[in-house]
Amino acid sequence: MPDFMGMGESNVRIAVLSGKGGTGKTLVSANLAAAAPDAIYLDCDVEEPNGHLFFKPEHVQEEEVTIKIPVVDNTVCNGCRKCVDFCRFNALAYIKDRLIVFDEICHSCGGCVMLCPEKALTEQDKVIGKVQKGISGDVTVHTGMLNTGEASGVPIIKSLLDGIKDSPDSTVFVDCPPGSACIVMESIRDADYCVLVAEPTLFGVHNLSMVYDLVKLFNKPFGVVLNKCLEGENPAEEFCVERGIKILAKIPFHHDLGLLTSNAEIAVRKDEKYKEMFSSLLNMVMGEVQCEATSHS
Amino acid sequence: MKIAVPVDEKDLETNVCGSFGRAPYFLIYETETKKSTFIENSALASPGGAGIKAAQLIVDSQAGVLLTPRCGENAAGVLESAGIKIYRTRFASVKENLDSLSNGKLSLLEDIHAGFHGHGGE
Repeated sequence: MPDFMGMGESNVRIAVLSGKGGTGKTLVSANLAAAAPDAIYLDCDVEEPNGHLFFKPEHVQEEEVTIKIPVVDNTVCNGCRKCVDFCRFNALAYIKDRLIVFDEICHSCGGCVMLCPEKALTEQDKVIGKVQKGISGDVTVHTGMLNTGEASGVPIIKSLLDGIKDSPDSTVFVDCPPGSACIVMESIRDADYCVLVAEPTLFGVHNLSMVYDLVKLFNKPFGVVLNKCLEGENPAEEFCVERGIKILAKIPFHHDLGLLTSNAEIAVRKDEKYKEMFSSLLNMVMGEVQCEATSHS
Repeated sequence: MKIAVPVDEKDLETNVCGSFGRAPYFLIYETETKKSTFIENSALASPGGAGIKAAQLIVDSQAGVLLTPRCGENAAGVLESAGIKIYRTRFASVKENLDSLSNGKLSLLEDIHAGFHGHGGE
C-alpha cells in the first residue's frame, strides 16, 4: 500500500457526494473508510444520517450542538428598528410596538444584538441537534444529527469538522448530504478530493451534473464512481467520457452487494471480493490526492 | 380603510401578483377616498425571509386588509399579529377583486402554506 501519510499538517479529506439520495454515497464512503488503515468516517448527512447503522460504533460519546438566537426584552425595546433593517434574512419584524424574532430564519450572526442601542436583545442558546463519536474497528465514526424541524444543518457540520482537528493522521471520509446546497458546500469546503457517485440513468446524469458544477465551482479535484452498473448503455458514463472526467470505479449492480447493504453490513468487512474492490478504489483516490498535492506544491 | 394587494406593475390596470413576499409592488387602495397608491416591495430581492419583510411593509402601510392568492406562514404570522385580515383573490384583475370584496364575495385565505424557505435563497 502506498504511503498515504506525511502529506502535511492536517489529515487527507475525501468527500463523497451526489446530486440526490440513494445513489450510494454511504456505500462508497463507509466502505472506503473500512478499507483504509486508520480512518475517520464523518456522516454529514445530518437530516438522515445512516452510516452509524452500518458501523454500529461502540463507546459512543454525544454532544449537543447549539446556535445563538436573539431574544428580545420588549419592555426595553424602543422600536428604533435598527435590528429589523439590518437583518439580511428578515428574521425580525416590528409589529404593534413589539419586536418579533423568527428563530428558524435567523442565521445566528449576532448583528442585531451588537447593533441594539437599548441593549434590548440578548443571545440565547438553542439546541438544534447533536454530534456522536464512536469506534468501529479501525474507523472512528462521527455522526451529525439535526433535530426534526430545524432549518439548517450547517452548524452541525461545522461542529463535526471541528471535532476531527485533533486526529491529523487519520484519513477522513466525508459522507455528504445529497444535492448541492449550502450544507453540501460546507461539507466539501475543506476536502482535498471529491468522489461523485452517479447512477446509470438520465436522471442520474442530471444529478451528477449538479454536483459536477459544484466541485468545479469550488475548484476541487474530483472523480466519479459509477454505481449500480448494468450491461448496456450508461448515460452517466457517457457524461464523464464526453467531458474527460476521471472514472474511478464502476460498481456492479449485484444482488449480493444489495443484500449485504440491506442487512446493514459493510461489504468490505464481509466479502473478500468487495474488500479488493474498495481497496483498489481507495488506492486510486489516494493516488489522485497525492498527484494533486504534488502538482500544487 | 386601506386594502393592500400584491401587484405585478405600478399601474392601475395591473394584475394581482402570484407571490406575496416577492411581488414587485403593493397597491394600497383607500376605501374612503377611492385612491390608489403603490409601494415598492423592498423584500423582492431578499435572500430569505421575504414574506416577513413584505408583511412588515403592509403593516407599516396601515392596511387593514390584504388581498392575495397565497401567503406563507411567517408572513401570515406577522399580518395576524397586526390584526390584518387576509382574503384570497379570485380574479387576475385588481379591480374585480376589490369589487368582490366590497360585495362580500371574497373569503378569508385559509390554507396558509409552509413557505419556500431555503429554496433558491439559502
